[in-house]
Amino acid sequence: MAVDMSVDLGGASLPSPMMTASGCAANGRELARFFDIRELGAFVTKSVMADPRSGRGTPRMAETPSGMLNSIGLQGPGISAFIDKDLAWLHQAGARTLVSIAGNTSGEFAVVAARLRESAAFGSVVGVEVNISCPNVANRGLVFACDPLASAKVVALVREQLPRNIPIFAKLTPDVTDIVSIAQAAVKAGADGLTMINTLLGMVIDTDRLRPQVAGVTGGLSGPAVRPVAVRAVWQVKSAMREGRLPTVPIIGVGGVRTGRDALELVAAGASAVQVGTATFNDPSAPVRVGRELENLLQDKGFGCLKDAVGIAHERMA
Amino acid sequence: MSGVVQVTGELIATRRAGAYHHLTFVAPGLAEHAKPGQFVALAVGGDTSSNLLRRCFSIHKVSPSGTYGGTVDVVISPVGPGTEWLSGLRAHDEVDIVGPLGRAFPLPKEPVPCVLVGGGYGSAPLFWLAEALRERGCHVELVLGAATESKLFGVVEARRQADGVSVTTDDGSAGTRGWVSDVLPEVITRTGAAVVYGCGPMGMLKSITDVAAAHGAVAQVAVEESMACGVGVCMTCVMPVTGNDGVTRMVRSCVEGPVFRGDRVRWDAFDDGVCRVPADALGAPNVGGH
Repeated sequence: MAVDMSVDLGGASLPSPMMTASGCAANGRELARFFDIRELGAFVTKSVMADPRSGRGTPRMAETPSGMLNSIGLQGPGISAFIDKDLAWLHQAGARTLVSIAGNTSGEFAVVAARLRESAAFGSVVGVEVNISCPNVANRGLVFACDPLASAKVVALVREQLPRNIPIFAKLTPDVTDIVSIAQAAVKAGADGLTMINTLLGMVIDTDRLRPQVAGVTGGLSGPAVRPVAVRAVWQVKSAMREGRLPTVPIIGVGGVRTGRDALELVAAGASAVQVGTATFNDPSAPVRVGRELENLLQDKGFGCLKDAVGIAHERMA
Repeated sequence: MSGVVQVTGELIATRRAGAYHHLTFVAPGLAEHAKPGQFVALAVGGDTSSNLLRRCFSIHKVSPSGTYGGTVDVVISPVGPGTEWLSGLRAHDEVDIVGPLGRAFPLPKEPVPCVLVGGGYGSAPLFWLAEALRERGCHVELVLGAATESKLFGVVEARRQADGVSVTTDDGSAGTRGWVSDVLPEVITRTGAAVVYGCGPMGMLKSITDVAAAHGAVAQVAVEESMACGVGVCMTCVMPVTGNDGVTRMVRSCVEGPVFRGDRVRWDAFDDGVCRVPADALGAPNVGGH
């Protein structure tokens, strides 16, 4: 019998837990050549800001052991062109879209959210991911998600702009002393869920030229190399929820997922849904392949539905 | 953007070609749609590889209906862990291949003379291009350049597939001592070329563009930007290119390229292995960066 893979994410009912990861899937057309994007629980778009943004110069990436460093710098078309071209395309393609938004200031996040709400294709939006943790910004690692107050301010402003039935997810960085305190602040400010984790701030030196390899100097580290960090972050926040230190909200796990087994790690640690990011560069079909592998694994282990496996590792402490 | 496939390619032939390796894969469904100038993205190291990023190679040639089904040929230079893994493969080994990708070389509507310039193994897609151009009645000459003789690719094949061939090496070990840009003006002038096609390192493509412009020819160049995915999702292979509207944007060379009109590329932004965002580009950073 097939496993029930449906999930409820803060009011958004999705037939599958699988998602693309923001910034690893562009805005739909490219991956639609490889699989039906309606198979995904949700398509997560590249973070969009108020205005068009060129991103950084090149080189923008370096391959690292089981991963990569990227320094894109939030290149994007700006919210107007995003709505007219990208969201309109996703809407007609029948995708459930989780729109990732970003801003230089908390006010910019609110402006982007407001424009999104007013858009004709808003009906295809199942949620908004608030990217308060991209390391590729001018102040580098000093992102909103390093500070509970700054995180709360952004989340509260975005929450005000969107209807109650549209859940918002705060995307957190693991580059903090205590991720639980950031999660608490985001949920208290109105986040309906949490996405963990963004990339880790990293750096690579080009040893031929003896200079930083990426033009942006530092970048975000991603790929299977960071998966244990993602599992740890999901585990810590889920533990805090179980202990009542913050309200229980759904967690979207992301970080280094390449196979169904990897996805199951995040689920068992507490993730209700899973995003596939860097692995998509290796295998453009990865977001749906991982979903099939996860379903097969759950079936092999005797689960009738995915929900029963969420956070199960907390009940099986060795 | 259509016609792209992801297939498991079986290696059926691998041989050394000077400093390079020439690989032939059976790749069902890929050869039928490919055109000269397009490329393929290869996964390296197998399913559990720690090298996750795709390696992209321009297609050397395709055979849509060979003995083994459609085949695709690429030429690689083993200089890093991915390309070394590929060069060590043996017959019947399998590689995940995505392609054909990117925009092909545009072909002239009239049978005008054309010069095709390749730097190192950048010449790989030019023989197939030469064939397509000659089928249209174009007079085709090739200019092949490299640092030294072992880094030239396809000189013998060039003599078979073009109406004329010029060879240059930096050290004079084969052909004329010097760069392709040293002999290119004479070839364009003698042939009356209307189009100059190029594939190779950025510095060479810039000089091809300059020489072509000085002689009233259009340059069409295939760039070799480093890519992580090859399919348009990673945003790492961008470069500044000016569009029909006169606006410069950071465009992805994997989907909007790899072939660009030379005079549209903002060569002024490239320097010493780095490409800056031109200050007049759409959404360029303010002072202090972003």
